Amino acid sequence: MRSKPRIRLLIVLLIGMHLVILLAGFFAPYDSKEQNRNLPFAPPMRLHFTGTSGFHLRPFVYGVVSDSEGFRDDSAQQYPVRFFVRGSSYSLGLFKSDLHLFGVDSPARIMLLGSDAFGRDELSSLLFGGQISLAAGLVATLFTLAMAAVIGTVSGFYGGWIDESLMGVSELFLSLPWLYFLLGIRAFLPLHVSPVGTFLLLIGVIGAIGWARPARLVRGVVLSARTKNHVLAARGFGGSDLYLLRRHILPETFGVLLTQAALLVPLYVGAEATLSFFGLGVSEPVPSWGNMLAALQHYSVLVSYGWLLAPAAALVVTSVIYRMLADALQPARY
Amino acid sequence: MKVATRLALVVCLCAATLLASAPAPQPVNQGEELARVDGATGRYGGHLVVGQRSEPKTLNPVTATDAVSREVFERLHADLIGINRGTQKAEPALAKLWKISPDGCIFTLKLRKGIRFSDGHPFDADDVVFSFTVYLDEAVSSPQRDLLIIDGKPLSITKLDQYTVRFSLPHPYAAAERLFDSFAILPRHILEKPYREGKFVQVWALNTPPNEVVGLGPFRVKQYWPGQRIVLERNPYYWKADRENHRLPYLDEIVFMFVGSEDAQVMRFEAGETDLINRLSSENYALLSKEQSRSRSQLADLGPSLEYNFLVFNQNDLSGKKLDDIARKQVWFQDLKFRQAVSAAVDRDSIVNLVYGLRGTALWGNVGPGNKMWVNQSIPHPQRSLETARQLLKSASFTWNAAGDLLDRTGQVVEFSIATSSSNAQRMKMATLLQDDLSHLGMHVHIVPLDFRAIVDRVFQSFDYEAAIMALGGGDADPNPEMNVWLSNGSTHLWRMNETQPATAWEREIDQLMNQQMVTLDYHKRKKLYDRVQQIIAEQLPFIFLATPNILAGAKAEIGNFQPALLDHYTLWNADQIYLRNAESAGIR
Repeated sequence: MRSKPRIRLLIVLLIGMHLVILLAGFFAPYDSKEQNRNLPFAPPMRLHFTGTSGFHLRPFVYGVVSDSEGFRDDSAQQYPVRFFVRGSSYSLGLFKSDLHLFGVDSPARIMLLGSDAFGRDELSSLLFGGQISLAAGLVATLFTLAMAAVIGTVSGFYGGWIDESLMGVSELFLSLPWLYFLLGIRAFLPLHVSPVGTFLLLIGVIGAIGWARPARLVRGVVLSARTKNHVLAARGFGGSDLYLLRRHILPETFGVLLTQAALLVPLYVGAEATLSFFGLGVSEPVPSWGNMLAALQHYSVLVSYGWLLAPAAALVVTSVIYRMLADALQPARY
Repeated sequence: MKVATRLALVVCLCAATLLASAPAPQPVNQGEELARVDGATGRYGGHLVVGQRSEPKTLNPVTATDAVSREVFERLHADLIGINRGTQKAEPALAKLWKISPDGCIFTLKLRKGIRFSDGHPFDADDVVFSFTVYLDEAVSSPQRDLLIIDGKPLSITKLDQYTVRFSLPHPYAAAERLFDSFAILPRHILEKPYREGKFVQVWALNTPPNEVVGLGPFRVKQYWPGQRIVLERNPYYWKADRENHRLPYLDEIVFMFVGSEDAQVMRFEAGETDLINRLSSENYALLSKEQSRSRSQLADLGPSLEYNFLVFNQNDLSGKKLDDIARKQVWFQDLKFRQAVSAAVDRDSIVNLVYGLRGTALWGNVGPGNKMWVNQSIPHPQRSLETARQLLKSASFTWNAAGDLLDRTGQVVEFSIATSSSNAQRMKMATLLQDDLSHLGMHVHIVPLDFRAIVDRVFQSFDYEAAIMALGGGDADPNPEMNVWLSNGSTHLWRMNETQPATAWEREIDQLMNQQMVTLDYHKRKKLYDRVQQIIAEQLPFIFLATPNILAGAKAEIGNFQPALLDHYTLWNADQIYLRNAESAGIR
C-alpha cells in the first residue's frame, strides 16, 4: 500500500510524457522532415531574457550566422519567442492543425536542441520520432502480451502434450539470436516497403519474438490457479472451461501481465532503437529515436555534435520511468 | 582488453623491428641501369604504419580483383611504363625508353639492364614475355585481360633481344603507353612452373612463404599475421636511386594494419598508431584539421577527384524477368524530359555543402574539373530550378493532383525507390537530399539502403532496382578506361546492360566517337571527339551526375616526400621515396 502514491506519480509522469509525444505536432515548432540546408549541425540555441535593451519577460533567441569557425549568435538580431503560433500543418488523428506551442518569426528559427546533418530541428525530430518509438513499444507489448496470455493459458490449463509442445517452442524462441534473425528477415523483404509498412513489420516481428518469457510466467500462474480449491469447486459444479478461465483463472494472470507490460515497453522501445540504428527500422525521412542515433555511428559526428545524443537521453528517461513503475508494481501484486 | 591488445601489438612491433632489421640496400653496381628520381633526398630507416580498411585477399597481381589487395601488392611489383601519379604523364619504369612506329601500331621497349628481382635473380625480356603470356591466357582469366584486347584482337609480344621487346597492336591505340601501367612484371623463374602445371590461379596467396613472393617493386613481403597486419620490407635490389645515387626505398618497412573502417583509421591515426591515411572523408578531414597542430600532422586537400557520383535509372530490357512493377515505371525513366526534370531539381550545391562540407564539386557531366586535360568546359552548369523541372514534367504530360502528388499520363502516382550502399555515409546523405529535392516535384522517393554487394548484384545482374546512387571513375585521367561505361556493349554500361546494338541514336553516336578517339593519336583531335561524347552524355542524361569529392589525405608531420596525388594510390604511389625525417632518432639504424 505504501507504494501507491509512487505508482500514481509514475503513471502521471508517463501519461504526461506520452501526451507530449502524441501531440508532437503541437509541441514541436517545426515539421520533422523540413530541411534547412543552411544550418547543418547547428548547436542548441539558448533562450535569453536579458539583452542589449535590458531584461525581457518574454524570452528571445539570437539569429544565427555561420562563418568558417561554425555557427555563432548574432546579438544584433533578437527574435522573441511567441506562443501559439501558426506554422507547418500536421494531423492529429482525424483533424488537421497548424497551431504550435511556440515559435519565432521567420526568417529566424528556434532550435532548442540544435539541428542534424540536414538542418532539421532536433527537438521536432525527437518529438515526432518518439511517436514511432513509443508506439512501436506499446503496440508490440500489447501484441506480445496477447500472444503470451493465450499461449500461456492454453499451455497451463490443458497441460499434457499441448503444454510440452508449446513450451518447447517457447524455449526455441528464447534461444533465438533475434538481431541476426531480423537481419536475415530484412534481406528477404521486397525492394521498398513504405515507412508505414516497415513500422508495422517492425512491430510484428518484435512482438512475435518476445512472447516466450511472459507466456511461461502466465503458464505458471495458470498452473497453480487451476488446482486451487475454488477453481476445483467451480469445476465440480459443472463450470465449463471457458467459464473457469474467464471467471477464475485469467483474472489471476492480470498482475503478471501488468508487470510484464511495464518491463516490456522500455525493452521494445530499445529494440526499435537498436533495429533502426542498424538500418532495419523505419527509414528516412521519418524520424525515430533509433534512426536519429544512427547518425552517431560516425566517429566525427560522435565527437563533434554532442547534442545529437538527445534521443539517447529520451530513451534512458523512458526506460527508467517504466522500470521504476515495474518495480513499484511488483509488491502491489500480492 | 583493447588496451592489452594494443600494448601487445606495440611490444610485438618493437620486438620485430629490433630482432629482425630490414636488409640493407645493395650497393649500386656499374652495370646497373638504375632510374634516377627527383625529389628531396631522404634518410634511410624506420617503418611506416598504414591503416587499411580491410585485409587483402591475395598477393597475386594477375588474378586480384579488389582494390585493397591492389593497395598492398602494388608496392611489391613494378610495370614497364608507369603513369606518374603526380604529373599524370606516362614515364619510363622497367622500360628505360620506348619507340612508337609512325602508324602507332608497334611499340619497341628497351628494358633496363642489370637489374634484379627482390630475390636477387636478374630480370630480362623473358620475364616480360612470360608476364604478358599469363595476362593474355584465357585460362588464367585476369580481369586486366580486356585491356590488352583491342577491337577483339589481342596485342602480340615478341622478344627482340635480351633487353628489347616489341608489342604489336592490331590497330593504332591512343595513349597506348598508359596501358602498361599496373601490369606487374612477374618473375619467370618462380612462376613458370606453376603456370605450366595449370596452378597459376593458386599462387601467391596470403599464406605463401614470403620468400616465394618475388617482384620488382620497392618492397617485398616480410611477414603476414592473419587478421592483423602484413609487413613489407625493403627490396634491397630495387632499381631506383635518388639524386645522390642512394638506392631506394628509404623506408625499412611498411606495415599495413587491418583496422576495419575509415573511422577506425582516423582513431588510430589520432592516437599516433598509424602514420598515414590514404583517403579521408570531409568530416574526418575537418576533425583532424581542428587538432592538426596538436597531433603534428600534415593534411592535404588535392581538389576534385576523378570519380563521379550519379543517380542511375534502370532502363534495362526487362522482358523475360518478372519485374512488371519496375517495367511499368521504365516509361518514366526512359523519358528524357523526366530525367531532365530530376536533374533540374537536384540541389547540387547542397550536396557539396552538406555531404562534402564544401570539399567537393558539383557535377553536370562525367568528367569533372579535376581532369584538366579532358574536361569539356562548355558543358552548361544550370542552376537548380524547380520551375524548369515542373515545366519539363508538364510538357511530358505529367500532372499533379490536389494533394500535390505527381501523376503520370495514366494517373499513376510517381513513386520509386533509390537503392544505395548502406555502408557509404556520403551516398546515404545524397539519397536523403534527393528524396527531399524530388518531393518538391511531388515525387515519392523511398530510400533503400542495401549491402554494397547486393546493389552491385541488382545493378549488374538481376536488374531488380528502380534507381541507384553509385560512383565510377577515378582510375586514370585518360578516356580509354571509360570505354566500358560508354560503349553500348561495355561491361559497365549501367543504365542498359548487355546491349547487342545501340538502343538509341545517341548511344550509336557515342559508340562511334569513343571507338574513333581510341584510334586517334593526336591529343587535340581526341579531345574534340571526347568533348562531343561529354556533351551528348550531359544532354541525354543516362546518369544524373551529382558531385565529386575532393581527394583528402593525411600523414604525420615527420613523413618526408609526402606527395599525395589525384590518382589511386593517392599517398603510397611514391612509397619508394617516402622517408621519416626522424628516422635515425628512431634507433633503427
